Amino acid sequence: MTAATRVTAATRVTALLRSRYAVGLGFLAAAVLLFAVAPLLLSGFRLGQLGRYLCLAMVAVGIGLAWGRGGMLTLGQGVFFGIGAYLMAMHLSLADAGPGGTPAFMTLISSDGVPWWWEPFRSGTVTVLAILVLPALLATVLGLATFRRRVRGAYFAILSQALAAAFAILLVGNPATTGGSTGLNNFVGFFGFALRDPVNRQMLYFIAAGVLLLMLVVARQLMVSRYGELLVACRDSEERVRFLGYDPATVKTVAFAVAALMAGVGGALFVPIVGIISPNDVGVVPSIALLIGVAIGGRTTLAGPVLGAIVVAWAATTLSEQFPSGWTYAQGLMFMLVVAFLPGGIASLVTLRRRRSATPAVGRTA
Amino acid sequence: MVGSGAQRMRRALAGLAVLSLSLGIAGCGARVDDAGGSGDTAASCVDTSGDSVKVGLLNSRSGTMAISENTVYNSLALAAEQINADGGVLGKQLEIVAEDGASEPTVFAEKAQKLIQSDCVAAVFGGWTSSSRKAMLPVFESNDALLFYPVQYEGLESSENIFYSGATTNQQIIPALDYLKEQGATSLFLVGSDYVFPQTANKIIKAYAEDAGIEILGEEYAPLGHTDFSTITAKVRDAGADAVFNTLNGDSNVAFFKEYRALGLTAETMPVMSVSIAEEEVGGIGVDNIVGQPVAWNYYQTIDTPENQKFVADFKARYGDDKVTSDPMEAAYTSMFLWKAMVEKADSFAVPDVQAAADSVSFDAPEGTVTVNGDNHHLAKTSLVGKIGPDGLIYTEWSSGEPIEPDPYLESYPWASGLTG
Amino acid sequence: MDTLVTQIFNGLSVGSILLLAALGLALTFGQMGVINMAHGEFIMAGAYTAFVVQQALGAAGLSLLVSLPLAFAVGGLLGVVLEATLLRRMYHRPLDTLLVTWGVSLVLQQLARDVFGTAGVDVPSPAWLSGPVEILGFTFSRSRMFILLLAVAAVTTVVLALRYTSLGRRIRATVQNRQLAESSGISTRRTDMLTFFIGSGLAGVAGVALTLMGSISPNLGTSYIVDAFLVVIVGGLGQLRGAIIAAFALGVAQSWLEYSTTASIAKVLVLAAVVAFLQFRPQGIFRLRTRSLV
Repeated sequence: MTAATRVTAATRVTALLRSRYAVGLGFLAAAVLLFAVAPLLLSGFRLGQLGRYLCLAMVAVGIGLAWGRGGMLTLGQGVFFGIGAYLMAMHLSLADAGPGGTPAFMTLISSDGVPWWWEPFRSGTVTVLAILVLPALLATVLGLATFRRRVRGAYFAILSQALAAAFAILLVGNPATTGGSTGLNNFVGFFGFALRDPVNRQMLYFIAAGVLLLMLVVARQLMVSRYGELLVACRDSEERVRFLGYDPATVKTVAFAVAALMAGVGGALFVPIVGIISPNDVGVVPSIALLIGVAIGGRTTLAGPVLGAIVVAWAATTLSEQFPSGWTYAQGLMFMLVVAFLPGGIASLVTLRRRRSATPAVGRTA
Repeated sequence: MVGSGAQRMRRALAGLAVLSLSLGIAGCGARVDDAGGSGDTAASCVDTSGDSVKVGLLNSRSGTMAISENTVYNSLALAAEQINADGGVLGKQLEIVAEDGASEPTVFAEKAQKLIQSDCVAAVFGGWTSSSRKAMLPVFESNDALLFYPVQYEGLESSENIFYSGATTNQQIIPALDYLKEQGATSLFLVGSDYVFPQTANKIIKAYAEDAGIEILGEEYAPLGHTDFSTITAKVRDAGADAVFNTLNGDSNVAFFKEYRALGLTAETMPVMSVSIAEEEVGGIGVDNIVGQPVAWNYYQTIDTPENQKFVADFKARYGDDKVTSDPMEAAYTSMFLWKAMVEKADSFAVPDVQAAADSVSFDAPEGTVTVNGDNHHLAKTSLVGKIGPDGLIYTEWSSGEPIEPDPYLESYPWASGLTG
Repeated sequence: MDTLVTQIFNGLSVGSILLLAALGLALTFGQMGVINMAHGEFIMAGAYTAFVVQQALGAAGLSLLVSLPLAFAVGGLLGVVLEATLLRRMYHRPLDTLLVTWGVSLVLQQLARDVFGTAGVDVPSPAWLSGPVEILGFTFSRSRMFILLLAVAAVTTVVLALRYTSLGRRIRATVQNRQLAESSGISTRRTDMLTFFIGSGLAGVAGVALTLMGSISPNLGTSYIVDAFLVVIVGGLGQLRGAIIAAFALGVAQSWLEYSTTASIAKVLVLAAVVAFLQFRPQGIFRLRTRSLV
């Protein structure tokens, strides 16, 4: 692909994003669907499931930003998701145990009581701050370390994958403090509200829906801003950005940190909605699985990753209920075919039809 | 600049999002300390008006645990077919709703919720790993539903809403230790996978050893799915214990025993007592690699009782002559008949009635007669130590003779008093 | 002393297994930049080939010798099919190959489950590879010895082939500068396909070797793929000697750390060390110096 077509492709996407018509209407439709239609149509159980998909969609928004826009293929979003989730789970376990109490699972394996690094999370405020800060901080440190050394492309992808592998091994290997392979579950309350009460569970769903919409607004602002242009430029030609006097490492690190923040918040909300977090939700495989929805929906767009993540998660639940092995084939084939033949995802079909253009709007992402 | 209309729209939406957030936080649901709350547990939706009743089977049909759990699913399905052929439960045919736990605790929790709330099943049978059970436990407790869990586990647990038809520690691990002590073992090496069952089991073993004067020469954990045991077996060999106590899980067993044999260690020189290897696993490990090693369970395919001969024959007739039967399969099969007996004794499918009727319900299972303990919802079972024969089947070597009362918290063992605190 | 020798041997042995698993990857990743996540499943295919051959032949010793070349062919064919149908159109999007091949690996795993069942199967080792062998008073596992020799043989063959055959020269030319190779009349398409055949074939051979060590199950590939990629990355792009050093370094480090700590901690420490190492040498141990601007 020549530089010229790449530029026109980028302009076209930006133009589409900027068409206030599409975006405003889309947001409105999403808000109505999430806040009015879904709670009316779905039973408590199904609404809880939708809440879980929304949490995964939050991670997808971040991946769309880092990967679709920034070209950083991160196979380790499960780490940030997991940090957010485990922080929240630690707080909920401690809160259930009461002031000074020890969560029940800890007494099973060791009699050492609550380890020191759990103690700060007795406080709800500290926990919420930590959820907002820690994943982003870790991403900043990692990002600066790797991007400054110009580690990119496949190297970055595999490093982030190694990170996810190490994180899961650590969690499983310390059952006395992390719950091991079971993870943490059996939460009674959420900041004082009883989780068994359907009213509270519905409220949690609304919070998740609100947070997701807020993230979409933030992501869109970032995408159409000057920074967003710079990020795309870094993806398409890092050298050129450097020649122009910008530091690509900083630009990419910001996107990576925002993506980590979104993943962390998604994880934190996942815990009270689903009621459990385990290493199976954060390791290598779930980290890659998070990418499926993003790729299928359309990685460079705003709505694509979100819709993709929700649809794939929904399909996973319903199809695997009926055809456990068929679903694995479908998932693999979908991934293969979409990435190989439709790199822009489903969103590029829409763009194509509307713009009558032949080039999908995805540049070289290495 | 972007048009001002869009900007206003965006602000409105951001406002909406913030509003929904504050709405959520100021929500009007029950607080934790409220006694009743606005909608406590949903009333049971089990439908017993027709001539059939739904039961849920929740096993991993995909993922790493599918190897083991498919066999449990098969024996549960067989039990349901036999019960139906025999007239059902309280005259109602069992209608199976099967779900895939996908080897992930989170999925188990979600599917359990679906079975209870959407499918309205009268009872759920399944689960294998301790993780899956612990993930499902709060779901069953908060919905006041019933789970029948068929696998031996690490004990230190009992729930009103779970019936444990596998062994607890005093029916498997402690008899296995008794056996090793009887054989003259004065030192042990512990090898296990790095997760909750081996860690808890080893905690119990260490307490037992201290009391019995057995020396623990080492304790090694391998990450789940670990495939290279060169270093761990080297440590085992160097320590030179009288016996090894093995709580490894799944594929790791294969790599461990191949390595063990490659170092020239055998059942004669240093026996390995295993508590997670049954008939089903022997084929994958390779009989040559494990022949003569002791294992501890409550059931073997070779048990010579009329009930077991019928069970083995029925299973082979249904699923193929090459299939073997194992302890968890038998425990699952038994659990469905026990549920039937409880329901018939209670004359009701309602959970509180079944719980009330559970005590001392018994069944002539393939392993021998088992009896439900109404206090801790475990079974009184006979404990057996077996040896793996050259045909891949397991032959009873030692038996506790009579059923051992379940004691999940090991309250009747003075040396275990420090464990539960 | 005993421990020292045993652990050095174990380290080399772990390294040789890593090397067998990573050798093919080093070739394909080095030449085409393709990140083949299905490489692990090619290993699995090789292992199942050994199983099928043994079911057909019965005799353990003969079947091992027959299955080595056969698994090479099976792995290689799978690789060529993958290359020709999917990867060929994606060389300008190397990162996307990671995702596509991950989809392929999902499908292959499920296929193995449906064909061979979810339960692991056993391929008994021949008598001459069972049990220990005593050398200078130290006992070593025969099967590990065999794998070590197999790895050395495979590496030697590949290195010699790269250096002295015309295919080897074409491959090296393509790795160093694809455009220049093309303009001097080398068919890079054919070279790519052959490289993929050899690289994937080596995965099949690794699979046969693994049947001596552990269980053969549909999950076999997933246990090795992350480690194999780490070897390639630490070694450096397009550099076989880098991969060789990296494999043995990681193997020895893993074994030593495991002996002095636990298996879990050793694994985490090794991963952390790799991340730290790449801070100092982001391009791996050896860096390919070319004039092309990447």
